[in-house]
Amino acid sequence: MSELANFDDDQPLLVAEGLGKNYGRLAACRDVSFALYPGEVLAIVGESGSGKSTLLQLLSAQLAPRAGRVSYRMRDGVLRDLAELGEAERRFLFRTDWGFVHQDPAQGLRMGVSAGANVGERLMAVGWNHYGRIRDTASTWLDRVEIDIGRIDDAPKTYSGGMRQRLQIARNLVTEPRLVFMDEPTGGLDVSVQARLLDLMRNLVGELGLAAIVVTHDLAVARLLSHRVMVMKGGRVIETGLTDQVLDDPREPYTQLLVSSILPP
Amino acid sequence: MNAPTYNFAYLDEQTKRMIRRAILKAIAIPGYQVPFASREMPMPYGWGTGGVQVTAAILGPDDVLKVIDQGSDDTTNAISIRKFFGKTAGVATTTSTMDATVIQTRHRIPEASLHAGQVLVYQVPIPEPLRFLEPRETETRRMHALAEYGLMHVKLYEDIARFGHIATAYAYPVKVNARYVMDPSPTPKFDNPKMDNCAALQLFGAGREKRIYAIPPYTTVVSLDFEDHPFTRYRFNAPCALCGADNSYLDEIVTDDRGGRMFVCSDTDFCEQRQAAGHHGTESAAPHKEKAHV
Repeated sequence: MSELANFDDDQPLLVAEGLGKNYGRLAACRDVSFALYPGEVLAIVGESGSGKSTLLQLLSAQLAPRAGRVSYRMRDGVLRDLAELGEAERRFLFRTDWGFVHQDPAQGLRMGVSAGANVGERLMAVGWNHYGRIRDTASTWLDRVEIDIGRIDDAPKTYSGGMRQRLQIARNLVTEPRLVFMDEPTGGLDVSVQARLLDLMRNLVGELGLAAIVVTHDLAVARLLSHRVMVMKGGRVIETGLTDQVLDDPREPYTQLLVSSILPP
Repeated sequence: MNAPTYNFAYLDEQTKRMIRRAILKAIAIPGYQVPFASREMPMPYGWGTGGVQVTAAILGPDDVLKVIDQGSDDTTNAISIRKFFGKTAGVATTTSTMDATVIQTRHRIPEASLHAGQVLVYQVPIPEPLRFLEPRETETRRMHALAEYGLMHVKLYEDIARFGHIATAYAYPVKVNARYVMDPSPTPKFDNPKMDNCAALQLFGAGREKRIYAIPPYTTVVSLDFEDHPFTRYRFNAPCALCGADNSYLDEIVTDDRGGRMFVCSDTDFCEQRQAAGHHGTESAAPHKEKAHV
């Protein structure tokens, strides 16, 4: 963490400039620009087909943009264009300094190997070679995400949906990343499990000082987790601002519609 | 006169040329799996079609061939492959490890240390060590290319978590020349240290999977492990019942249905040489005793 202490918080961690992506004639994403600062949580909201997931894939360098670019400030403090990184560097970044929480835990976990190995995989990938230490670290993380240590040798296919999602978060955070991408992290979970997961994520993000980009269609998730909100429609960002400001006092008609379509508690 | 005439060592010259190019590339990049256009061979997959093609490509008229299956010179697979090359190439065959120039093997490395100039050809069923953890071939190739081998340790971690020790006993993954992680074919892990800094050239052929890889002579081969769970060899804690050897890899042979068993060297040539040199185990004198009782 010492290297993070002298890291300048005034400089953006991730910068998107004029991002665009087409699928044939369909413009899935048009002219998206923003900067994300260390420790900041940004929610991208919008209905299905608004380009949220495409944008997330562009930001995490899983898709190449048609236009624009994404830059990331590496641990040495240099802002670099992701498209210019080699594949080895990009993949290394992906499994050390970044996390990616999928909506479907089966995509982010190895369902057939034990929970301990799932959490330990990233450590082994960066050269950890001591079984005892890997297991201790895995246990600590399972504890932090409220999974019973007695389940450490069970495969995630024996876990419930909520446990899988928590395990996926532990697996991503074990290398102490600085930026986590989340794609509908609470999708498909029932309401009480969602609440517990959101609570956990909010604590972890606060404790670790993570920056996060959360894609969601659930405005409650955005309100609870994020500092800032971007509203997308038809591939464009139509409104952006502080979460409370956007959700309490939406300017755009579409945002007003989104906000008003939530059932009052 | 009606007997079909084969090209030397069965395969046509163009095919041998193609296989030799793959072998040369494999030697140039130790541990890297080189794709090759594997041919149909007159034997089923799983019987050593990869090894046979490699042997056919490197065999010359002056070579002396030895074929072993699980260490033994006299099992069906070993005999049929030996006869196959005796017939199609007319090369001399032997069971002696020292006299052979080319040794085709399934599942064992001979006990006698190999010398320079010899070639050991392995029959490989599944060349990809990451296969059972990452089923996508496109992904495993990328992982090899970028030397991302964290996943290999996941397998060893799982072993320890489940059994308390690294329970992988054969096809134990190795790192060749500090670069590529390689599956040493299903040899017992007892044989892994023999691959390190070996004087002989080691070639691996996988016929069904269409891959050839190699370890050039005097190359470092390290078995993967954890600092707190180091690699260990495994052998039954007994001397060979026939030759008394206490340092060879043993087969367990069940002798009756009342729990009787004996342990004998899996390498038959090594065992016979020792018996010829006057070494005896507990069993080698026994048959005479039994005869006396009857």
